[in-house]
Amino acid sequence: MAQSAPFDPEIARDVITGLKHLPGATLPILHALQDRFGYVDAAVVPLIADALNLSRAEIHGVVTFYHHFRAAPAGAHVIQLCHAEACQSMGCRELERHAEARLGVALGGTRADGRATLDAVYCLGNCALSPAVMIDGELHGRVDAARFDELIDELGIRR
Amino acid sequence: MSGRIFVPIDAAALSVGAGRVAEAIAREAAKRGIAIEMVRNGTRGMLWLEPLVEVETPAGRVAYGPVASADVAGLFDADFQSGGAHALSLGLTEEISYFKRQQRLTFARCGIVDPLSLDDYRAHGGWNGLEKALTLTGAEIVEQVTQSGLRGRGGAGFPTGIKWRTVLNAPADQKYIVCNADEGDSGTFADRMLMEGDPYALIEGMAIAAVAVGATQGFVYIRSEYPHAFRTFQTAIERATAAGLIGPSVMGTGPAFHLEARLGAGAYICGEETSLLESLEGKRGLVRFKPPLPAIEGLFGKPTIVNNLVSLATVPVIFEKGAAFYRDFGMGRSRGTLPIQLAGNVKRGGLIELAFGITLRELIEDYGQGTASGRPFRAVQVGGPLGAYFPESLLDTPLDYEAFAAVKGMLGHGGVVVFDDQVDLAEQAKFAMEFCAEESCGKCTPCRIGSTRGAEVIEKIIAGEERGKNLVLLDDLCNLMLDGSLCALGGLTPYPVLSALKHFPDDFDRSAAVPPAHAAE
Repeated sequence: MAQSAPFDPEIARDVITGLKHLPGATLPILHALQDRFGYVDAAVVPLIADALNLSRAEIHGVVTFYHHFRAAPAGAHVIQLCHAEACQSMGCRELERHAEARLGVALGGTRADGRATLDAVYCLGNCALSPAVMIDGELHGRVDAARFDELIDELGIRR
Repeated sequence: MSGRIFVPIDAAALSVGAGRVAEAIAREAAKRGIAIEMVRNGTRGMLWLEPLVEVETPAGRVAYGPVASADVAGLFDADFQSGGAHALSLGLTEEISYFKRQQRLTFARCGIVDPLSLDDYRAHGGWNGLEKALTLTGAEIVEQVTQSGLRGRGGAGFPTGIKWRTVLNAPADQKYIVCNADEGDSGTFADRMLMEGDPYALIEGMAIAAVAVGATQGFVYIRSEYPHAFRTFQTAIERATAAGLIGPSVMGTGPAFHLEARLGAGAYICGEETSLLESLEGKRGLVRFKPPLPAIEGLFGKPTIVNNLVSLATVPVIFEKGAAFYRDFGMGRSRGTLPIQLAGNVKRGGLIELAFGITLRELIEDYGQGTASGRPFRAVQVGGPLGAYFPESLLDTPLDYEAFAAVKGMLGHGGVVVFDDQVDLAEQAKFAMEFCAEESCGKCTPCRIGSTRGAEVIEKIIAGEERGKNLVLLDDLCNLMLDGSLCALGGLTPYPVLSALKHFPDDFDRSAAVPPAHAAE
């Protein structure tokens, strides 16, 4: 996964300026910022509010409503485990415990060495090939504990 | 040179190695000095066979699967590029019983064409429906859709034609077509499959809707969990626009129709149409009160058609083959076909498009061949996280909107999730409440607070705390949520809970004399 650029308010301003003409621009702007910096820095809230002529409270409300937007930088690799019903039927609850143990981090957390963030996600749309896992935007199916370890080993993440 | 080789580029196929297989085929062909033409198609929907590689032969396309990259050298040894015999050969793809018995209307091209090739789309009947629609008046188009009997495939089953007529008759300077591709239900992947396998069908369906009601702008709201589908669909919009099929003029003769794909941000509630509109407007995805209906005051306050992706992608075939052709499939008031997504703990999961009326038993036992784990079947959840859990005794229920309503279930978006005997239905019921609590937009009290209280009460019941009283309380709470919630999230969460309680009461009673199979594990 490409390393995200460090937060820079000038770049953020450019990103916002480039998209503010869109109808309902808030989400496209937030996506662009998170794609750029890996998270949505609190400092962008007043910038977006100014650009769209909305209150800071409104923008803060939007950022915090959606699960997708992160308030802090993620690890170098983002590992999302599906925990929806189809994956539950194929043992994703056990896979969650295994993943937490293998990565040494609880769901929703980032490893102390910053190598990985482990998240739960509700449905990756791979329900006939459960359990499903997404790593840095790439989908993986039929991920049992052994396959999970292989995938993590491929990323070079130590125990 | 032999026929073309097809290796899917669908995200599900990629998730089990289709990308590596494609690379291995290219490498092996180069090594052997064999010229091949590889097409990256969508999936046929037989997902247990993925990666499913196909080769074109004079007799038709021959399938091999599931192929691992390690199998590729052996496939070349067997001259698979000419359809040679091999242990992984499945014969002619369209003769595979799972596929052959389907009635592919909405997904007719999916898995067959190169998803982004406009030539391929045209060669397989693409744009015929739109061309026909362009010769009709708006009212005539709406009448055709009404005659077809098409009902919303997102879950509510509302007649599509009636929704369109409302927008057609609403006077406004601007109208919108919004496609709901926020496919959040577990067990469903039809929207994703279509966007990745036949994206122009959706574009064509939306263009027909736009021409019908006089909308010049469309949005497709795609969930952020589908980055692959989003990229494919964006490319499809760019190519269709560049080719002049949409944009300033539909097919060069029709009115303007501009289309834009927008990304959601991980909120299940945004699959609810008014919440989706709020999100498109750049706001928190709070559900709106109805009325006004979105058809009257929708996106940015303008008349808006909000349809599920499958509904919109079904529109072209209705115009290509006629409303009567489509209506002749199905049963009762459920006309046409339903792309069923068979998922979870099932041996042969995939997308099965069939006329309404097939029973759950035929699906699970015949198509699915039982559980993936090989353990006994115990429950099936139909319709996503808000759908009911059914036991074996209800497996003869036909897939039909009304038949499901009669047994207190719903078809939803057509997701069928199978569970074996290790499932704990009390745990599933608790999850349903917790999910509702997590995803509630917070606007109405029954959903926002009821879900949290519901999870607590189920926990107490499981722990054996005042079971009798708490069961009464849970029933009361569920009824309140059913009757008092603003939208389907709070209003349907009681479905999985009450069905689990009704059909699997033992799971809620840890003191029961005979422990269920899972408790003994």
